[in-house]
Amino acid sequence: MAIALERTCPATGLRLFSAAETLVKWNAVAAVVFLLLGLLWVIPSTLNRVLGPETISPNLYYQATFLHGWNMLIFWVLFFEVALLYFAASAILKTPLAWPRLAWGGFWLMLAGALLINYLGMTQPASFLPFTPYVPLKAPPLFYLAILLFAVGAILAVLVFFATLYGAWKARTYGASMPLAAFGALTAAILAVTTLLSGAIAFIPAFFWSLGVIPELNALWWRHTFWGFGHGAQQVNLAAMVTAWYLLALFTVGGTTPSERLSRIAFFLYLLGINLGSAHHLLTEPTGALSSAWTWVNTGYLIHVAVLGSLIHAFSVPAALERGLRLKGFTQGLFGWLLRAPWSNPGFSALVLSVVLFGFLGGTSGVTMGSYDANLKAHNTLMVVGHFKGTVVAGMTLAFMGLTYYLLPLLFRRRLVLPGLAKVQPWLFGLGMALLSLAMLRLGVVYGMPRRFGDTFTFGGSALAFSYPPEVTFLLALMGIGGTLALLGGLAFVLVAVGTLLAGRPLSDEGIRTAYQVKPEEGEVRPRGVYALALAFLVFFLVYYLYNHWFLSQAWFIGRP
Amino acid sequence: MPIHTPPKHWLGERVGPEERVWLVLAALFTLVFLSAFMGLWHMTGRQTTHGEAYRVDPNAFRERVMEFAERYRVGELNGIPVAAPPPGDVYLMAQTFTWYPVLKLKKGETYRLRVASVDVPHGFSLYPHEWSIQLYPGYEWVYAFIPTKAGEYALVCNDYCGLAHHAMVGRILVEE
Repeated sequence: MAIALERTCPATGLRLFSAAETLVKWNAVAAVVFLLLGLLWVIPSTLNRVLGPETISPNLYYQATFLHGWNMLIFWVLFFEVALLYFAASAILKTPLAWPRLAWGGFWLMLAGALLINYLGMTQPASFLPFTPYVPLKAPPLFYLAILLFAVGAILAVLVFFATLYGAWKARTYGASMPLAAFGALTAAILAVTTLLSGAIAFIPAFFWSLGVIPELNALWWRHTFWGFGHGAQQVNLAAMVTAWYLLALFTVGGTTPSERLSRIAFFLYLLGINLGSAHHLLTEPTGALSSAWTWVNTGYLIHVAVLGSLIHAFSVPAALERGLRLKGFTQGLFGWLLRAPWSNPGFSALVLSVVLFGFLGGTSGVTMGSYDANLKAHNTLMVVGHFKGTVVAGMTLAFMGLTYYLLPLLFRRRLVLPGLAKVQPWLFGLGMALLSLAMLRLGVVYGMPRRFGDTFTFGGSALAFSYPPEVTFLLALMGIGGTLALLGGLAFVLVAVGTLLAGRPLSDEGIRTAYQVKPEEGEVRPRGVYALALAFLVFFLVYYLYNHWFLSQAWFIGRP
Repeated sequence: MPIHTPPKHWLGERVGPEERVWLVLAALFTLVFLSAFMGLWHMTGRQTTHGEAYRVDPNAFRERVMEFAERYRVGELNGIPVAAPPPGDVYLMAQTFTWYPVLKLKKGETYRLRVASVDVPHGFSLYPHEWSIQLYPGYEWVYAFIPTKAGEYALVCNDYCGLAHHAMVGRILVEE
């Protein structure tokens, strides 16, 4: 913990204020602890899906999936994002954190909520609502209370962010325009407000309903509002991940975006379109319940505005890498810069894998299954899980891991332990997750294998049980291998992070300056390599989208047969 | 250099030629192609979500299902009646942890699936995989459909409905 009220980072020139720095550290540590819990709980989940109910009972599967989901998707992600928000507001904008006491209050509330959910998941079978507690499935009141505690804590953190931003804006600490990373963090914070409000609108009545004060909640309304929170949270993740991408491009190769203007417009497009994406959780409801126009506007035009934002980043982020490397002198041919990139730097490999896997696996599958009628093939199947393993895991989590490899030396001022393990960690995690995701996408869309299902082998001994065809065994094996590799990668990350905190050798200012000097490369460079790659990606996207619709056209006729 | 302040006149900077092409292609792909394709499919496709929806009292729906199953009953499968209705309305009820009744249909005929849950959310999905539909208590969906392939289909609940969710399996039999 820093003793002086502020210091200047020797590598980045950032002014680090001690209150903000301490909060960033504590939130990051909490994030890693919940990541570890989430990693441990995925073991029974995966064993059940791959080997069957004789290895892991359906009850344990539902319990483990509940705890895995909450620890990963909510606690690991949000604690890390709060760390990122404080870092962006204070360090990048060169201003002390506003209301540090409120920030601490938020931290303890979030921690209390997270611990309570873990306690309930471990002790009360009644709360095994695997991640999505759709009413009228009922959990004990404490469950909803825990979520509310956590959400209030997160709202306080977002308030602290806005207050700090306001302070920086008034004092003009950052010059004429705020840096891109702060702009991205601001986008994430705005999205977080609407997300957390949806969460409050869903969970406050659910809490009173669970207590018996409110007699009934409408199931359709509740599911829609829940997803305003559930998917809204993923849009916060998206904005935070892209912010981490831009930061990593700068940290690893001094890469800066080819167009500050377009990158900012892309973030702005997220604000315009993306929160309405939650409507795509209601795509298999008939037009009599939700009109074609309502669905089409929300999941068509508005979400595609946000997809356009993502495609802009899909060019800008790799182009930032190409610019950085070309300006460093790797100018040979179309892809010379890519071949000679610092692949052994875990921050760099994590960034590249995150961008590629997010694009090819997470993004394309999400747009495809979110396409109005194509959802008939994907709804509640493993394809959905394959999609979000591509987005929040191979994409966002890997990006956050990459950023942690800079957080440790720059904020905690410690040399990474086990550098050899750190070097292979992003590859283990990323490629393992890619296998897992591919297997799940295919199991879902082709075989309709359901998600959140405790026994796809004997169906609980049901007299009407059936068997999936032998081809499925191969895909399940792939899922198991991919899951194991990713698990090892995840544990390796925790080992390096925690090991560095506990046993990493302290870094001197001089040490930080020589090893981690951040030097933005600027100049005129044409990102021709990325241009070629981006065009190839667009062709892949088009083919994948059309292929899925061809596949849909083979199904039983429904609707207007 | 505090983590890269934008260059001075960034608002007036020109976008490079490669990125300009990319921007045009990306906008055409998302705002024009994706949105239009989705709309066209929805208006002209043979697999869409056009259908009716009704608020329904679970008990009233259950009675209609029972009556339907009795009228067209041709047999029994593991204690659940098998109903073989003519083309037209067919009823299906989702209730933890069963599908009721077993439906016996003819390939190529047009049916109107009247399906509802009478307790908690359930998911309608078929194996071999055709499509999935989300169900809620209190709502009846009416979907016209044609089984275009014959065979024995398993009905699988794919929305978590309780600790025996995975045992909620039913049948739809489609004859040539």
